[in-house]
Amino acid sequence: MSQTKKELLVDPLVDNNPITLQVLGLCSALAVTSSLKVALVMTIAVTVVTAFSSMFISILRNQIPGSIRIIVQMVIIASLVILVDQVLKAYAFEISKTLSVFVGLIITNCIVMGRAEAFAMKNPPMASFIDGIGNGLGYGLILMLVGFIRELFGSGSLFGITILETVNNGGWYVPNGMLLLPPSAFFVIGLLIWAFRTWKPEQVEERDFKIQTAEAH
Amino acid sequence: MGLRSYLDSIEPNFHKGGKYEKYFPIYEMVESLMFTPKTVTTAAPHARSYVDMKRIMTYVVIATIPCILMAMYNTGLQTNGAIAALGDSAATGWRVGLLQALGFSLNPDSLIANMAHGFLYFLPIYLTTLIVGGIWEVLFATVRGHEVNEGFLVTSMLYVLIMPASTPLWQVALGISFGVVIGKEVFGGTGKNFLNPALTGRAFLYFAYPANMSGNTVWTPVDGFSGATALGVTAADGVQALASQGISWSNAFFGFIQGSMGETSTLACLIGLAFLLVTKIANWRLIVGCMGGMIGFSLLLNVIGSDTNPMFAMPWYWHLVVGGYAFGLAFMVTEPVSASHTNMGRYWYGALIGFMVVMIRVINPAFPEGMMLAILFANIFAPLIDYFVVRANIKRRAKRV
Repeated sequence: MSQTKKELLVDPLVDNNPITLQVLGLCSALAVTSSLKVALVMTIAVTVVTAFSSMFISILRNQIPGSIRIIVQMVIIASLVILVDQVLKAYAFEISKTLSVFVGLIITNCIVMGRAEAFAMKNPPMASFIDGIGNGLGYGLILMLVGFIRELFGSGSLFGITILETVNNGGWYVPNGMLLLPPSAFFVIGLLIWAFRTWKPEQVEERDFKIQTAEAH
Repeated sequence: MGLRSYLDSIEPNFHKGGKYEKYFPIYEMVESLMFTPKTVTTAAPHARSYVDMKRIMTYVVIATIPCILMAMYNTGLQTNGAIAALGDSAATGWRVGLLQALGFSLNPDSLIANMAHGFLYFLPIYLTTLIVGGIWEVLFATVRGHEVNEGFLVTSMLYVLIMPASTPLWQVALGISFGVVIGKEVFGGTGKNFLNPALTGRAFLYFAYPANMSGNTVWTPVDGFSGATALGVTAADGVQALASQGISWSNAFFGFIQGSMGETSTLACLIGLAFLLVTKIANWRLIVGCMGGMIGFSLLLNVIGSDTNPMFAMPWYWHLVVGGYAFGLAFMVTEPVSASHTNMGRYWYGALIGFMVVMIRVINPAFPEGMMLAILFANIFAPLIDYFVVRANIKRRAKRV
């Protein structure tokens, strides 16, 4: 194994972040980041599913026939997602209602599938488990950052606690309505990717083409 | 010492290895604003034209002058009119104080009084736009080592003209920041922006602060005054209701109606457009496409008709004079960078805007005005339209082989 356990956990946070570098799992990042509370629950759900699905798939990796591996992976992931969904409905019904379809859609989250296919099929269970946690947290980190910006400037609060008193409640802050609309997450994530790549220039992709300079004759 | 020789004497400091090498873009900006740009084509075939970027941008700014004058006059007219209607208690704020101190009246019949009052609304917004947007421009130019060019003067002027007069200045600053950074600089600056930066900023404000960008109270900056735009009236009660609100077609054509500052006067926009067409800055195919799309689709909707939606019956000559259609047609549709670049594509691009603007105005109940959204929508499709036009041309020629 080439990476230590610590690297497996820490790498996906910044250096190999599933959202900002691999650009996966964007739909849910757009949909569930209008408030921090929901983003946090989503982070936990995805982390749990990614970690355990990676572990189980890794345990079975030598038994899974190559030709139907995606189906087997899906079965494992789907069972875990149903489990998470039921737990949420039992203990956090309100949040489960806000998350609505997006819990179910974790099944199709590219990050979960991606780790199963790219990592768990080739590595031992413990490493896969840690890799799953790392990637879930990397996803969650961006979710929380986006949620922080969107909730603070969109509704003037954090985790539902008022930070900037809005005009409607007699305060001074005029909330930015666009941040409550899902498309605004595109801008926020785009700006985050920009910030990350300015901080770590090695993440910048090579250009697809180069504009040639004219030659002087 | 003359300015030229002074600039020449400090120039070496800004070249490679000089003391202020990093600040070359700022030097270049000042120099090319005062004189003609020094950069000339180095490689053959040395094609030269008098029309450079500076001249194009300057021409567009000149073309907006009628709109600027009308913006000031109409803002003053509406404001003074509202004060006259509501009584002196509505005459509050530093602008009224300043006008009275300088001896201006608040009489809506006086040209001078209206111009002065409108000027006091126009100027703060324009200055905020120039300062905030200018800081972003210079910042990006300095960090990225490209040059600040006159394009920003156009962007800032167009942006100011599509603001409602009552917009708070901090929103103006936020909007132009978004427009310049997201609409232009992240894609590489002037010439590489696929969206119109001024409209991007306006759209940001429209979605972020809808209460300050739409409705009945934002167009005239007097507290307690409520005046619907012509499109708002039509959406509620149909074209016939316009007359009872005192909006005749000629009123709308000359621009004495509610609306964003510079967009109300169709006449002023058409004068600007004529100037752009004569100087060949604007491509006439875009205009033909946009008018065709608008007239065609609104005629179709007139024929179809609707019992519940009075907008269906709005004739095309009303679509032309109300809202932002004329302004968008003259200054936004014709923007060469974000429009299609092929001649065939230009017809389609224009027609798409004309079609979409009527579509949004008439059929979408959420947005009374559609020009901004229609143009941004078509901006995104412009490269695709070009792609199909180029493909079609390749196919046509391949048949001859």
